[in-house]
Amino acid sequence: MVIVKAFKKVMMFGFTTIWLLVAGVPFYFMAQSGFKGQFEFLAISVWALPKHPTLANFASLMKGSFFISFGNSLIVVILSVGIILLVSAMASFVFARMKFRFSSPLFSLVIAGLIVPIHITLIPVYLLTIRIGLYNSLWALIGPYVAFHIPITVFLLTEFMRTIPKELEDAARMDGCGPFRLFFTIILPLSKPGLATLAIYNAVFLWNEFIFAYILISSPERSTLPLAVVQYQGQYFSNIPAILALLTVSSLPLILIYVVMQERITKGMIMGALKG
Amino acid sequence: MGVEMVERARVGKAPKRGTAYQREYSLCAVVFLLPMIFFLVVFVVWPILSSAQMSLFAWNGVSPTRQYVGFQNWSRLIGDRIFWSAFRNNLTVLVLSIVIQIPMGMALAVLVSNGGRWMVVFKTVCFLPMLMSSVAIGILFKYVYDPYFGVLTASLKAVGLSPLVRNWLGDPQIALYSVIAVVCWQFIPFYMILFEAGIAGIPVELHEAAIIDGATENQYFWHITLPLLWGTTRAAVSLALFGSLTYFDLVWVMTTGGPSGATELMATYMVKKAFLSTEVGYGSTVAFAMFLIVVLISGIAFFVTRRKESSPWSS
Repeated sequence: MVIVKAFKKVMMFGFTTIWLLVAGVPFYFMAQSGFKGQFEFLAISVWALPKHPTLANFASLMKGSFFISFGNSLIVVILSVGIILLVSAMASFVFARMKFRFSSPLFSLVIAGLIVPIHITLIPVYLLTIRIGLYNSLWALIGPYVAFHIPITVFLLTEFMRTIPKELEDAARMDGCGPFRLFFTIILPLSKPGLATLAIYNAVFLWNEFIFAYILISSPERSTLPLAVVQYQGQYFSNIPAILALLTVSSLPLILIYVVMQERITKGMIMGALKG
Repeated sequence: MGVEMVERARVGKAPKRGTAYQREYSLCAVVFLLPMIFFLVVFVVWPILSSAQMSLFAWNGVSPTRQYVGFQNWSRLIGDRIFWSAFRNNLTVLVLSIVIQIPMGMALAVLVSNGGRWMVVFKTVCFLPMLMSSVAIGILFKYVYDPYFGVLTASLKAVGLSPLVRNWLGDPQIALYSVIAVVCWQFIPFYMILFEAGIAGIPVELHEAAIIDGATENQYFWHITLPLLWGTTRAAVSLALFGSLTYFDLVWVMTTGGPSGATELMATYMVKKAFLSTEVGYGSTVAFAMFLIVVLISGIAFFVTRRKESSPWSS
């Protein structure tokens, strides 16, 4: 019995160690290679820590368009998430609290949006963007970003709003509060925990979004971070340490946020997954 | 009147017709739904219809006129070897994703749930891939897989397995599997977190009761944990399903579908046709075929796995 238990412990330990290596080694490779010069990267083993650590790669990134792309990503994500939450919260309020004839078919239609692959919309959205003169503008990204995150957000927010006690609403109505005021002064503030979780959930996805940026943005100074990473890699494909430095820096913001808000991020992801 | 109104609201009925409150109520419903409808119609519904229409035309995307060709694009698609091999590749990704990621994720979740406090560190490291963009992961693994100075090659050489070294992404025989390995690397932690939450939702009393009744840990897993995780598993399967059929970013930056179509997926083929070779009409056909396939397969999965249960916010 003792031997079996010990064997199990060893197996568990071995399994976790192996997975830790598999998961961690690429990060180790990425993080430390950025400090190597191009020559040193080729000259010494990929395992070896840099003998002459240099910040040159990072310095040239900072001088380049890194902060511009970073800022672009920030703007697009903040605007999109803001619009997603407002639009979805309004719709969810209607679905959760009002009864009308087409309520449930409309709700089902919105939820059906969860299984629409974005690729079906790429060509029409691209053509539309050109026609209305928004091609190569950050504004072009907001429409598709919002539209494709509405279904999951409406779905989860509607369920959240259903958990808000109806008595509060009744009391407000007794006091002569109309539906608009009810939404903005009672339902919206009470939905804050749900909104916060969904904000993070949507932001993580949008921060890493690539395909719409790839087809709607063409110039480096308008690029979001994932697009900038790809452009940079195409341009400096032989300077591997510089690219790895960029990968490190571009992944850092989310990793730092994760370290601070681990619970919320995992909770958001789990909910999005189980219901999506 | 006020009391009656509140009562009607409480039981979920629309307020009586004709009252001022009723007008405000209907106005509110319309005003609050319109923005959502606007976004969904302009960026989802209309594009789907427009793609269906464009799939009947031959058009390079630039010239002012497009030529109606009826179902020519569609008959071309039926005989398009590349599209069907892309579809097969999607299915390979799908099957291997489900077969590898979900059991691995579950195994890791069981480990993490049984492990002590140091598992927090393990969890955090494991979660890192979820925070990187797929394109960043793709570029990183291009260098991990590099046959000359990549980490994988170096690792194999270090443990004396240099005969196993391959041109991971350059060899059509194995490129798809190399890509799938990265997909697994990226998503196993996600399923781990998912299953861990599922396990955390199982009451501790069940475990105690089972052990007191003489069940072994193994029996407990197979007879209690696994059945109770069935809901989570189904959600995980439908997610993996949809993800595998629409996969794009990572493959695009790693191989762009190459070498010689070995890693071509429906999505990469569609983007190539529409945006690189400017066959917008045929690109729309490919996109619409992909749409039908994805909606059909994941629609079936979605409705088969749908279940009624408590609010996701209650946990």
